[in-house]
Amino acid sequence: MDGKLKQAARHLTETPLLELGQMADDCRVVLHPEHIVTFIVDRNINYTNVCVNKCSFCAFYKDEGSPEAYIIDEGVLMEKISETIALGGTQILIQGGLNPSLNIAYYSALLQKIKKMFTINIHGFSPPEIAYMASKAGLSIRETVITLKDAGLDSIPGGGAEILSDRVRQLISPRKINTATWLEVMKEAHLLGMRTTATMMFGTVETPQDIIAHLEAIWRLQGQTGGFTAFIPWTFQPGGSVLGREIIDSTGHATAVDYLRVLALSRIYLDNIKNIQASWVTQGIKTAQVALRFGANDFGSTMIEENVVKAAGVAFMVSKNDIIGAIKSTGFRPAQRDTYYNVLNYF
Amino acid sequence: MLEWHVSLRVFDKIYAAERLDSDDALELFHSDDLFGIGRAASSAAETRHDKKVYYTRNRHINPTNLCVNRCKFCAFSRSVGQDGAYAMTIDEILHTLAASASPFNELHIVGGLHPDWPFSYYLELISKIKLHHPHVQIKAFTAVEIDHFTKLSGLGLQGTLSKLKAHGLDMLPGGGAEIFNEGVRARLCPEKIHASRWLEIHEAAHNLGIKSNATMLYGHIETYEDRVEHLMALRQLQDSTGGFQAFIPLSYQPVDAVETTRYPSGIDDLKTIAISRLVLDNFPHIKAYWIMLGQKICQIALFFGATDIDGTVIEEKIAHSAGASSAPALTTAEMIHLITRAHKEAVQRNATYEEVQ
Repeated sequence: MDGKLKQAARHLTETPLLELGQMADDCRVVLHPEHIVTFIVDRNINYTNVCVNKCSFCAFYKDEGSPEAYIIDEGVLMEKISETIALGGTQILIQGGLNPSLNIAYYSALLQKIKKMFTINIHGFSPPEIAYMASKAGLSIRETVITLKDAGLDSIPGGGAEILSDRVRQLISPRKINTATWLEVMKEAHLLGMRTTATMMFGTVETPQDIIAHLEAIWRLQGQTGGFTAFIPWTFQPGGSVLGREIIDSTGHATAVDYLRVLALSRIYLDNIKNIQASWVTQGIKTAQVALRFGANDFGSTMIEENVVKAAGVAFMVSKNDIIGAIKSTGFRPAQRDTYYNVLNYF
Repeated sequence: MLEWHVSLRVFDKIYAAERLDSDDALELFHSDDLFGIGRAASSAAETRHDKKVYYTRNRHINPTNLCVNRCKFCAFSRSVGQDGAYAMTIDEILHTLAASASPFNELHIVGGLHPDWPFSYYLELISKIKLHHPHVQIKAFTAVEIDHFTKLSGLGLQGTLSKLKAHGLDMLPGGGAEIFNEGVRARLCPEKIHASRWLEIHEAAHNLGIKSNATMLYGHIETYEDRVEHLMALRQLQDSTGGFQAFIPLSYQPVDAVETTRYPSGIDDLKTIAISRLVLDNFPHIKAYWIMLGQKICQIALFFGATDIDGTVIEEKIAHSAGASSAPALTTAEMIHLITRAHKEAVQRNATYEEVQ
């Protein structure tokens, strides 16, 4: 095994937590010496909950015929965007299930309408959604990304990465795109000049080696393209899903200590990705504050609306002022940013 | 504002095992060296308890929320006739305990200062509990309640405590300490007993062989100087009696009545636990109370000097009234999971820190 991988494995399993935290904090200071912590004001809009992937860790998806299945009403969507802008938002995050009744013409028309009505960054469609659109339309990934970009898509969220290990994906989300396809979508987007984030959901059935393989895959692609703005790890939320019950009964859920370890390792390993986000949505505000000393330099989004994690039983209610207050009380200076991590406002 | 990256001469003292003074403690509070402070506190904890972390199977009984005091940080208290006011009879309490589905070996009883209950209510309460649950240890009545009882009993402090002990009281909890500084106390909880009285009551209890805990409510309107003063007062009393078992820093949960909306950050919570471990060199344990901190910070605190995470805490009402977002109770399996995932050894204890399993 490569020395870097070996060292990473040691960090995940052996390095004392506070030593690891200190190393990650030192890396963060080098990249962000000004003691600023950024956040974005945006809204997460889940346009449909119908999904053919039916991942075992998901508490959000519904079958097409389910009485709770929905596709967002266009008027409602536009209203949500206009509220977001009124609240000082600069971005909407549009994500949803893989809904067989929607096709690329629907998405293109939607993007065009939004862009016609509003000046706002559209951060949308994770790789599983884009790959699904491509296969339904008989287009290549590249052609699909071009179509979406031309219609108004600005940047792509890093969701659906879960763990980039096909062994793990077979176990927890066998219908979802594999590692290579996820990376291909991101690579094509980067080559077309789009910026994306990358995520990792851990705390299911993965081993430390799987986590490291994930970091390595992201690091390699970033080395080629430089297109990732940020990396965002979070823990699997076991509430309400099939996998949740199994995990709780067997090994138990990933704890705060596991989160801080993976977060710190991410900061140390991904030396070519500038920003690491703390996930207050899954960890709570206090642990997210601690995360600012374990490698994170960004507090993520104000999450005006979030449905997927809420379906898993996690609901932390916060406002923009709560986020600003939470950052200030750690001693860092809060700053609102845009999608590309340009600072818009200091507080 | 934190001072970023100051080098701490105080670490020389810590690693030479010298006692820290007020200036040292203040320097630690003002420092941003989270990891240095955490490592020192962790090493202080391991010297005492190796990798052991203690938990208990306990439940809370809050007999009434009627209270003649009106502390500004309290969202639990009610007046007679007010919506949501309640007062349990002894039979109701016994019934609740008998119906308890999960076993417990420690009972934590604290409540409001009821305007009408006589001293005999409390004596009868603990003696009847002891009768029905002879193996359960009773940790009951904060110093604020004990002070109230002395007025009811007319027996003086020592007489009141002796009587409670004879009826089955095993230990005093650490509540009601808040912040000892009188200026802050006058703004936060003017009706509550003075700091000197709180300390006097714990001293009297220790002298009668009744062990106790101590708390500090922090992160509201107090300064770091106030926190240090509080820790020093506790250390001084502990030097003379040795009766304290655990110190429990209580992270403030914002309520409307206090003129601040700030609350401690997770980083402040961890530092406060660590600095407490370093300053209170004569206290056996620092407790990370998950009800106030949430279970995530509580678990991280095991790397910052905490060696106790309290217990299952079935039916806690007071912190949850103030909006504590923690779960209503933790299972034993969940507590063991948190401790073992932190690579520590989970040890079940009773109220007086004897190992149960």
